[in-house]
Amino acid sequence: MAEQAEEGQQHPIAIYLWIWLLLFVFSAFSYMVDYIGFQGGTRWTLILLFMFLKAGFIVAIFMHMQWERLALKFAILLPPLCLLVLIGLMAIEGDYTFLTRLQAFVHS
Amino acid sequence: MSNTGESALPGGLKGVVTDWATDKQAFQVPWGKAMMWIFLLSDTFIFSCFLTSYMNVRMSTTVPWPNPSEVFALTLFGHHIPLILIAIMTFVLISSSGTMAMAVNFGYRKDRKKTAALMLATAFFGATFVGMQAFEWTKLIVEEGVRPWGNPMGAAQFGSSFFMITGFHGLHVSAGVIYLLVVAKRVLSGFYDRKGTYETVEIAGLYWHFVDLVWVFIFAFFYLW
Repeated sequence: MAEQAEEGQQHPIAIYLWIWLLLFVFSAFSYMVDYIGFQGGTRWTLILLFMFLKAGFIVAIFMHMQWERLALKFAILLPPLCLLVLIGLMAIEGDYTFLTRLQAFVHS
Repeated sequence: MSNTGESALPGGLKGVVTDWATDKQAFQVPWGKAMMWIFLLSDTFIFSCFLTSYMNVRMSTTVPWPNPSEVFALTLFGHHIPLILIAIMTFVLISSSGTMAMAVNFGYRKDRKKTAALMLATAFFGATFVGMQAFEWTKLIVEEGVRPWGNPMGAAQFGSSFFMITGFHGLHVSAGVIYLLVVAKRVLSGFYDRKGTYETVEIAGLYWHFVDLVWVFIFAFFYLW
C-alpha cells in the first residue's frame, strides 16, 4: 500500500499497454472458441476462463482495484458474492419450470 | 477507538442523526471515487439480475434457443463469418478501455492536451460501438424479424432477453459518451488544472471500464454460450 500517494493512482504506462494487449488476446481466444466450434464442457470452461481473466484484469489494473486499500476492496468486491445465491436459486427454479413444462405441454 | 467524548454524544433519534452526519471517513479515496464505486456496485446488481433472468428463461424454455453464432453472422466480401459483428464490437470497446486507461494516466501527469485527446478518442470508440449496435438491432428487427415476444428462429424469450440486456448496456455506453465529452471539455478548458486534481478523469474512467466489464459478461453469456 506504499503506492497510496496523495496525487492518486500513478503507474507506469507499460503496465496499461500490456494489459490492453492481453485483453485483445483473450478476446480473440474467446472468439476463436466460437469460430472453431467447441461444444459442451470444453466450450463453457473456455468461455468462463477467458471471461474471468478479462474481468479480473479490467478491475485489478484498469480500475486500479489492485492498488486500493483492503477496506474498499472488501466493500466493493464482497457484496456481489450474494448474487451466487440468486443464481443458484434461479437455476433450480428454471430446472423445475422446464420439467413442469415438459410434463404439461410435451407429454399430453 | 478511545472512549473519550462518546458520553457527550446525544442519544435517541438525535443520536442517529449525529452518528450518520458526523464527519467520519472509512475509505481513503476522494469521496467522488467512493461514490462512483458504490454506484457501480449497485449497477452490478442490476446487470446481474438481467443476466440471471436470462439464464432462468433460457433454462426453462422447451423450445430450442436460437444459435447466436448464426443469428449474428454476417457475410463480408463473399465470406460467411459467424459472430463477426459482435467480435468487432468487442474489440472496439476494449480499444476504448485502453485509451481511457491512458487518459487517466496522463491526467495524473497533468498533461492536459493528451488527456483530452485520449478521452475524445474513447468517446469516439464508444459512439462507434453504439452505431454498430444500432446496425445490429436494425438488422435483427427488420431482416430477421426478431421481436420481444417472438422470433422465427426459436424460443420466444430470445428477443426479450436480447433487447433488455443489450439495450440497457447500450444506454450505459451512450450515457458514458456524453459523460466523457463533458469531462473532456472541462479538461481542455483547464478546469482541473485550476482545481489542482484530475481525479474526476479517473472517476469517469471507472464508469467507462465498468461498461467494458459488463460487455465482457454479456459477450460470454449471451453471444458465446
